[in-house]
Amino acid sequence: MSVNTADVAKIASLARIKVSEAQLEAMVPELNGILAWVEQLGQVDVTGVTPMTAVIPNTLRLRDDVVNADPLTGGNIRDAVLANAPVAEHGFFGVPKVIE
Amino acid sequence: MRNHRFELMTDLTELGVAALRDGVAGGAFTATEVAHAFNAAVEAAQGALNAFIVTTPDAALAAAAKVDADRASGQPLGKMAGVPIGMKDLFATKGVQTTAASKILEGFIPPYESTVSQKLWDAGAGMLGKLNLDQFAMGSSNETSGFGNVISPWRKGDDVTPLAPGGSSGGSSAAVAARIAPAATGTDTGGSIRQPAAFTGISGIKPTYGRCSRWGVVAFASSLDQAGAMARDVRDCAIMLEAMAGFDPKDSTSLDLPVPAWEAGLNADLRGKKVGIPREYRVDGLDADVAKSWDDGIAWLKDAGAEIVDISLPHTKYALPTYYIIAPAEASSNLARYDGVRYGLRDLPEGANLQDMYAATRAAGFGDEVKRRILIGTYVLSAGFYDAYYTQAQKVRALISQDFMKAFETVDVILTPTAPSAAFALGQKSTDPVEMYLNDVFSVPASLAGLPAMSVPAGLSRDGLPLGLHVIGRPLDEQGVLNASLALEQRAQFSAKPGKWW
Repeated sequence: MSVNTADVAKIASLARIKVSEAQLEAMVPELNGILAWVEQLGQVDVTGVTPMTAVIPNTLRLRDDVVNADPLTGGNIRDAVLANAPVAEHGFFGVPKVIE
Repeated sequence: MRNHRFELMTDLTELGVAALRDGVAGGAFTATEVAHAFNAAVEAAQGALNAFIVTTPDAALAAAAKVDADRASGQPLGKMAGVPIGMKDLFATKGVQTTAASKILEGFIPPYESTVSQKLWDAGAGMLGKLNLDQFAMGSSNETSGFGNVISPWRKGDDVTPLAPGGSSGGSSAAVAARIAPAATGTDTGGSIRQPAAFTGISGIKPTYGRCSRWGVVAFASSLDQAGAMARDVRDCAIMLEAMAGFDPKDSTSLDLPVPAWEAGLNADLRGKKVGIPREYRVDGLDADVAKSWDDGIAWLKDAGAEIVDISLPHTKYALPTYYIIAPAEASSNLARYDGVRYGLRDLPEGANLQDMYAATRAAGFGDEVKRRILIGTYVLSAGFYDAYYTQAQKVRALISQDFMKAFETVDVILTPTAPSAAFALGQKSTDPVEMYLNDVFSVPASLAGLPAMSVPAGLSRDGLPLGLHVIGRPLDEQGVLNASLALEQRAQFSAKPGKWW
């Protein structure tokens, strides 16, 4: 499978990365080079193989169902959460207007 | 007296983790003297090597002062007491800028500390600074950093062409090789500890997936990312890894197992052990120096008492393409969080709406290689292509893992070269992404299977550059990996180091 300029534009849009026309042109052969190279995986007979989900067997744990089970990921740390925001106003993240 | 003091401070940078820890504990010198010596070495090299993104001399001194005070008052000292280290700038450090070498995180000051770095500070280590790396750990030469290339301290004789320190932990490898840090943290997704260690003549171990917590480590490919230790020798790596590893309830993939006493368990006697030599790694056109160092390694392990066994890992040739589907897929998902809203860079063009802001921010903040991998990842996960690429890759990954498990029914460890060549010049491979990816051909299979693996220096190439040998072990058998690596180290007697040209 290979991609063209329109495909790359679509992928870039899905990935939310702004790409200029000139960058698109440059990316098409690069991405096609990588895709042609990974194409060889199609040669492998994977009949009956279960896709890997975990490299080392492990069980998923559940934390206690209480508020602030871990204070670092719990509540009441608004200022710490907002400290690195490019725009923080009135205790909220500031973004451009999204509703007309 | 003054001159004597000066000499002492210079010599301290020649010491590794064990020697510094023992010297501080025994009173031969103070942790503060050690911190001053390394701070000075860091400062002197920074302009030439660019190994650090930020330096934190005060943090190193504060940690040292605490160790000296603890020792004076008879408090017990930690495993890394008095040892200043470099911290790869992928680990969140409270109050100190953490960037993953990307402009999209420039200025980000974490209000929390990663589990691994906290464990190291709790063990008495101090921080010299945040080490440069490939942007979001995506690269094999440290040329994708948003904060400039790291220059290897190694040179080809009198040739001043800047060489790659390897990647992605290139700041870590350069700092340890240049003797400006006795040890450094690294992270390894497809070889990012082992390949830079090999390129710079140092040791580096990636433990079993899940040994070290990923909490507070900037995520690249979560099913592969694993932190590890980089230092001058095997013992130093064992000491540091003991301090870094351990169960963390904050990481859902952290293994709830005790940390073995790896340093105390070191034993280079390999009698009764079997070492596998995978025939598929002897690829066509294998570099003659690399092939010779591999043969040397086989002879050394035989000399240590091991039995050498020819093995087959039939799906080896599919490991790299598998990796370059799975890692970008996970990266495209992990890096979706950089949106210009909660932290990091925001680019808001005049009149832009929210969607425009996302796209402009990510275009401005991510480097070319990061964008390339996000696009590949987005493509292989997109509707209509998911099964052909991603599901197929996860199936092949299962086969690669089964190859290893079958081999480990007969052998205890596997020996291969770490990288297909010695260090290359900066710029030499940066034009063709696939050519750069091939650098990880020997390190990626163990990553896909989550296995512990280590690189140790084996010797020098004809150009006088370091070559590494690579030991892969069973899941959770870091001790077996360390012991085989120690046997190699004792026989390789690698003592070469880069000339101090900076």
